[in-house]
Amino acid sequence: MDCVGLCDVLAQAGWDRGLAQFLSLFVGVILVSGLPLVTVIFLIWVERKVAARIQDRLGPNRVGPFGLLQTFADLIKLLIKEDITPAAADRLLYNAAPILSFASVVLIWAVVPFTPYHIGTDLEIGALYFVAVASLGTLAVMTAGWASNNKYALLGAFRVVALLVSYEIPLVFALIVPVLLAGSMSMMDIVHAQAGMWFVFMAPLAMVLFFVSSQAETGRAPFDLIEAESELVAGFNIEYSGMKFGMFFAAEFLHVFTNGILLAVLFFGGWQGPLANEPLIAFVWLGIKGSLLYFVSLWMRNTLPRLRIDQVMRFNWFFLVPLSIVQLLVIAGLVMILKEIGLVPLNAQGHIDLASASFLSMLPMTLVLFFANVLIALPVVQWLRENGRKLRERDEQRTRRAIAANAAGAVGD
Amino acid sequence: MNVLNEWAFVGIFAVLAPVFPILPIVIASILRPKMPNVLKSQTYECGVETIGDTWVQFRVQYYIYGLVFLVFDVEIVFLLPWALAYHQLDLFAFGAGFLFIFLLADALIYAWRKDVLAWK
Amino acid sequence: MLELNFVTVAFFVFSLITLGGGWGVVTNKNLFRGTIWLMVSLFGVAGLFLTLSAPFLAAVQILVYIGAIAILFTFAVMLTRSLTNLRERYYRTWVNVLGAGALFLLLVLGVIAPVWIANPDRALPVSDQVVRTVDFGVALASGEGFVLPFEVASLLLTAAMIGAIVIARDADEA
Repeated sequence: MDCVGLCDVLAQAGWDRGLAQFLSLFVGVILVSGLPLVTVIFLIWVERKVAARIQDRLGPNRVGPFGLLQTFADLIKLLIKEDITPAAADRLLYNAAPILSFASVVLIWAVVPFTPYHIGTDLEIGALYFVAVASLGTLAVMTAGWASNNKYALLGAFRVVALLVSYEIPLVFALIVPVLLAGSMSMMDIVHAQAGMWFVFMAPLAMVLFFVSSQAETGRAPFDLIEAESELVAGFNIEYSGMKFGMFFAAEFLHVFTNGILLAVLFFGGWQGPLANEPLIAFVWLGIKGSLLYFVSLWMRNTLPRLRIDQVMRFNWFFLVPLSIVQLLVIAGLVMILKEIGLVPLNAQGHIDLASASFLSMLPMTLVLFFANVLIALPVVQWLRENGRKLRERDEQRTRRAIAANAAGAVGD
Repeated sequence: MNVLNEWAFVGIFAVLAPVFPILPIVIASILRPKMPNVLKSQTYECGVETIGDTWVQFRVQYYIYGLVFLVFDVEIVFLLPWALAYHQLDLFAFGAGFLFIFLLADALIYAWRKDVLAWK
Repeated sequence: MLELNFVTVAFFVFSLITLGGGWGVVTNKNLFRGTIWLMVSLFGVAGLFLTLSAPFLAAVQILVYIGAIAILFTFAVMLTRSLTNLRERYYRTWVNVLGAGALFLLLVLGVIAPVWIANPDRALPVSDQVVRTVDFGVALASGEGFVLPFEVASLLLTAAMIGAIVIARDADEA
């Protein structure tokens, strides 16, 4: 193992090499995991404040300046709140589920590239790693629902798991696009490949698909069947209270922000931006992009009403999945054709090379891909509108018939 | 052994990640009051004692979703290396990928026609 | 002999997880807990892939087995009626023990025999070349690679999905 940075300093000071390596890794882990943990405390305040403003309220404003210390008050409350474990629960799994849920989100941060020089670990299979780790969250939901030994919890967990696994398909198909364009699954390489042009301009549809399905993965409105407080009381976490409930809660908040960051990394150039060679400025770029995308997610959550489960499932299987397959095939096909024509920047070996390409050399390729995406999107939007109208008319008709039947019944009495 | 070095970080991370949620839960268990009684630890369903097993028989629908998801997941396992190597490949490889996806799209269309994917 | 380094320690830890998980699966009377133990065991297998420098397979192991098969198992268990508490005892224990022992012996033979009887003249040297996931992709899709197995895999998946839908629909209607 190469020994650089802190490890090198420690080894120079006469420490054992193995110990120095371990310590430097350990410090790295603490730094990388500390960031999301500190962020989540702040996020809860942001989320409540934004939700309040959208709903024309003030939001937390009593504890500390602008209510900034509200989260700490909540934390103290959660810490000293009595925590009830139902007698019928499977205690081991009941306690393990919130831990797994939170850990699965924190683990994603191991592959997030913060600056050109700082990343937890630049895995060769980074993109696959974060999908695999995030899928552990699904298992946590299932475990929580089952271990609670509550009919509502189990029903809620089953519905949510069916939803989560369904939306993972368009998510991963959208993810294949940046992997294909960058020619690498390493998150760092994906960011480097966007030096000339962000992938969002080449594959806007993939970006939208990734955004929508990651919104569903976190269980946020309009896909918030996880909570569904009006039907399933609170879904899979009905039996949880105190800090264990708090962990599910924190995991969800953190997951939304993590998705914003991932979206920024995969489609919006990550830390790319003017003066990105300075680590601090690069880090700020990533933060700005991630926060803006996070805000869009909050905006969506607080504006749209909750959908029914049959609508959510239909939307996925009859719309998102086929669309994600079609856009992947179109992009793959066009990239190959463009390469044959010679409009794609190549390296010495004749392989596609976007990392060292300039803005201008990327322009023709980007324009073609962008217009191809628009060409797919136009009929799709038209179809969506027509389908929406048809469904609404059907529902209206049904209601009208029911009213008429009621009126007839009333006369009959 | 190069690969394992990259993953040493993940290994330490994986051991440490559960500690973050465990820590507040443990602190809470020291601070919080503990006064359980029979009524409190009842299953929280409808306000009366819960009747029967929680483990009721579920519909086959869930199983179909799980299975279709599994098939797509395995497909993705093949498609990711294909996309990864795309820079070095030629038109023939695009054809291979196209056929691969096309065959699976067939299965999806079959599922549509049999109407097993709509929530009923 | 055995060199005690990072890889060796990792190997033993992951082997322990794999075997411990397997023990949990066969001793648990609760099907859901059994599934969770199976996931623990498969997690260990993912770790073993890592020690073999195959990170792609390790991630696939987690994504497909822990992410999808676990879910499928629980859904499948839910199709049955109340199988969380198996109280029935299985008799003919000795037959089972004998069968399991024979199977284990076969496995051990299968692993050890090639090493034991191997002809050193015909053995291939261990390759130092690091095979990356990209090479896997090239092998899958390029003309001189394994295109046919690649397409057959797709065909197999399609067949699996259609078959499952047919069977599940029958079960639903019955």
